[in-house]
Amino acid sequence: METLMTILVGFLVMIAVYLLLSRNLIRVILGTAVLSHAAHLLLMTMGGLKKGSAPLLGEDAESYTDALPQALILTAIVISFAVTAFLLVLAYRTYKKTGTDNLQELRGFEDE
Amino acid sequence: MTISLSIFIPFIAAIFVPFLYKRIQSRKIGWFVLLVPLMLFATLASFIPSIAKGETYSHTFRWIESAGIHFTTYLDGLSLIFGLLITGVGSLVILYSIYYLSERESLGRFYVYLLLFMGAMLGVVLSDNLMVLYVFWELTSISSFLLIAFWYHRKKSRYGAQKSMLITVSGGIAMLAGFIMLHTMTGTYSVREIVVTIGQYTDEPLFVFAMLLVLLGAFTKSAQFPFHIWLPDAMEAPTPVSAYLHSATMVKAGIYLVARFTPIFGGEMTWFYIVSSVGIFTLFWGSFNAVKQTDLKALLAYSTISQLGLVMSLFGLGSAALNEGHSANSIIYAQATFAALFHLINHSTFKGALFMVVGILDHELGTRDVRRLGGLMAFMPVTFSIALIGSFSMAGLPPFNGFLSKEMFFESLVNARNLELFDVGTMGTIFLIVAWLASVFTFVYSMIIVFQTFFGEFQPERIEKPSREAPFGMLVAPSILAILVIGIFFFPNSIGNYLLRPAMAAVYPTLAGAEGLTPQIVAWHGFNSPALLMTIGVIILGAVLYKFYRYWRGIYTIAPMTWNLDAAFNANLILLEKASHFFTRLYMKGYLKDYLVYIFSFFIVVVGGAILYTGSYTFDFSNDAPITANEYLIVLAMVVAGLSMLFAKSRMTAIILNGVLGYSIAFFFVVFRAPDLALTQAVVETVTTALFLLCFYFLPDWKKERSPIRTKLLNGLIAFAAGTIVTVLALTVQGNKMFESISVYFEDSYQLAGGKNIVNTILGDFRAFDTMLEVVVLFIAGIGVFTLIKLKTRKEGQDFEDQ
Amino acid sequence: MKINDVILQTVTKIVVFIILTFGVELFLSGHNNPGGGFIGGLVLSSAFVLLYLVHDIETVHKGIPFDFKKIAALGAFLAVGTGIGSALFGKHFLTQAAGHFTLPVFGETELSTVLVFEAGVALTVVGVVVTIISTISEDV
Repeated sequence: METLMTILVGFLVMIAVYLLLSRNLIRVILGTAVLSHAAHLLLMTMGGLKKGSAPLLGEDAESYTDALPQALILTAIVISFAVTAFLLVLAYRTYKKTGTDNLQELRGFEDE
Repeated sequence: MTISLSIFIPFIAAIFVPFLYKRIQSRKIGWFVLLVPLMLFATLASFIPSIAKGETYSHTFRWIESAGIHFTTYLDGLSLIFGLLITGVGSLVILYSIYYLSERESLGRFYVYLLLFMGAMLGVVLSDNLMVLYVFWELTSISSFLLIAFWYHRKKSRYGAQKSMLITVSGGIAMLAGFIMLHTMTGTYSVREIVVTIGQYTDEPLFVFAMLLVLLGAFTKSAQFPFHIWLPDAMEAPTPVSAYLHSATMVKAGIYLVARFTPIFGGEMTWFYIVSSVGIFTLFWGSFNAVKQTDLKALLAYSTISQLGLVMSLFGLGSAALNEGHSANSIIYAQATFAALFHLINHSTFKGALFMVVGILDHELGTRDVRRLGGLMAFMPVTFSIALIGSFSMAGLPPFNGFLSKEMFFESLVNARNLELFDVGTMGTIFLIVAWLASVFTFVYSMIIVFQTFFGEFQPERIEKPSREAPFGMLVAPSILAILVIGIFFFPNSIGNYLLRPAMAAVYPTLAGAEGLTPQIVAWHGFNSPALLMTIGVIILGAVLYKFYRYWRGIYTIAPMTWNLDAAFNANLILLEKASHFFTRLYMKGYLKDYLVYIFSFFIVVVGGAILYTGSYTFDFSNDAPITANEYLIVLAMVVAGLSMLFAKSRMTAIILNGVLGYSIAFFFVVFRAPDLALTQAVVETVTTALFLLCFYFLPDWKKERSPIRTKLLNGLIAFAAGTIVTVLALTVQGNKMFESISVYFEDSYQLAGGKNIVNTILGDFRAFDTMLEVVVLFIAGIGVFTLIKLKTRKEGQDFEDQ
Repeated sequence: MKINDVILQTVTKIVVFIILTFGVELFLSGHNNPGGGFIGGLVLSSAFVLLYLVHDIETVHKGIPFDFKKIAALGAFLAVGTGIGSALFGKHFLTQAAGHFTLPVFGETELSTVLVFEAGVALTVVGVVVTIISTISEDV
């Protein structure tokens, strides 16, 4: 399972990088979203999969899944949401100001 | 303790000034500010009797134990002189500025900067710890920058501020390096401790470098050749500032540093030659250039440079006394340092008075160009008297204090010629001649100030305002200084005994208490004293040169006078800017894509290379959990969704596919027993999709990417490599367990944090700090979004000179 | 933009309350069961987002006259404040305390400063999410 998930993570990274390298602002933002998905899965996989029951002590299980990666991912999910929102608004504002969402055309002035 | 507090009082007062200024928006605010230096002056003055008896005061706040940095203040004779100068001249300057600055200026800002400077300067002279001293040292540069640029709408002010900042701060950084070297050698940052132990380190290779770097700091701050170029440009500051910072106090910080470090480096040949020859040359160059100035303030700036050179050279000559094995003559050489300290005080009095006179002229007449002034004696008698006293003192004439210190200067030079150390021989003679010539030029420009301004023909048509005497308030401060100039001449030994004696003890700790270290100052040495003969020579030649100035003026147009250090400085600055621009443009293309390519290529090369190089790609699949059929299905769905995302024709498809990825991950979280995550992921995915859709309403539909197939291939290659390396890296990490997992610790969460949901206790208790910061980040992102949309840039009018 | 969708609007009226209750429940149960500040906050804000989607902005603003920026600020303040609070009692920054109390209505209840902290987190999440969504949609 871990191996499969790791390969999946690599695949997602590939998609994300390709999207990031494109010219369209929306595609770049989608790229960051996919990249954060990959990162969350990677964290999860690193902690080991299906090693016990959910990390709730009320379950009275013999062993629990590693809770630390879960806490990290929870934090990361919220942060990546904030980043995505900010980027989206940035793109929106850029489009309003410059009239384009093509990064090739968005280059600054010569002397900047 | 009192001493430590006195450093902070100006800073604390500076905090209150803006609040007070809101209430009282008039020049009355100056009276409040004036209280600060007056109070400090009185406090410091109360230490004079006990310091004169040879006591010193020290107080330490323990601060950074591990780095040896403590807030230690130390008051001895040397720092007392500077402290009194800072607070005394500070009081007079603030008194003067109350009448000088118009109420339309932003006085609050002005006094804040001034108090900031005062505190920083007190910090420099009272700190014993080198690191603390350095911080205060740079703070004086910064406050000087702010004060020079006080009229920031003028291009020249900004230029002058930038120049002074660049030069003094780079010197300061060099000095910092020197301090660190001293620390490496001696293991302490305390000046007093270094003085005690430095004897055993003089042969270390770092010793000379430390000396040179510290000197670099001192020379840039004290405007010594060739770093003097910032001082004339700094004259763009309001005149009270020039009088205070750029003649009486800040530029003397370098002098203070040299005096303070004389017990450490003094007695070395390198130190002796560098300090004295740079000083002597600066003395000559400054006075020679001062003569050709037509702007009175520029003239005073060059004269300040020259006088600083004089004091500097005296400290250099005096350092010879610390060379071991010549203790019989030490006392004689030490007289140079005595003269230096004495001249330091004298210079502050007469130069302060002269700056204030020029300020009065500028304020009352609207010009300070010598060519447009003349015959003002009848209109401004008081100003004239002050100018006369100041200039004659500067020229070294009796009965003013400048005469005394000038005589002592000549005596020290004559003594230095007989020095049996360092192969002085001809160098001593050269020093003597150059210094004497410099004094002649000093005499000439002093005469220019008096005669061209106040005598000669009155030219009312070339002056912008009607000429009349300045208001009483403006005359008080310079008058006090002028009275001091005369007073010191008649009672020099009271200063000698109370201020200079303990200061000498501070500079020469080994000679402290020796017979004759503090001589009695006398004005009359008899007819055959060489100093008197030199003074008479100066007066005669100076008078002749002044009379025939227009015949030899041409000398300033021939080389090397036309070599312009300022131009070299500017050209260098432009060159630097161009070079850095060129190099930046090589890789900063301005396209986001290029930067991402750099980042990913770097990642691929470094991480991939490291994995290959160390050969650490060992995989271990034995602990893998089993996979069920529906999990294969989800993975398949994700792969399909990911691939189709790349080829999606419309953005709507792409966003839905992104949603598919997100919900699949939520499903995985369920499979992997992470209920909190599954919930969060599902909700976040929903909100994100809503957000995307909302933004799509405003954004243009996406067009097909039209890039050459080569670019696409390259992008694909980079993407593939990045993905592969991540996979390999992750598998490698799983294959090599370096240490046990720490997660077991958190399974005691009920005992430790009183919660049964481990994830939640980690977030809320164990690692609450992360969560707190995360909340703050989230909040900042929200505010960022809000401001991006709501706040439009305001158009502001051009308020600056840009030519 | 005005949307005239009667079914959606009627359903929303009920659903929003269900979501809100669910959010509060998740938030409160977070200490021992799945849930907590983040999730609670997100669920609460998704209720508001639904309201924005179904009704137009003016209506929602009339119904809920809060400034969500201030709610976010209050949340961040609470989260940081509990940390400083523990420092005031001489403990390390962000040390949480808990205790069991017997209250008249709820019986034996556990009260802890974590709850305040989590409330700060939840309020920030709600405030920020709703601020983002509403500012974008206002700026037409």
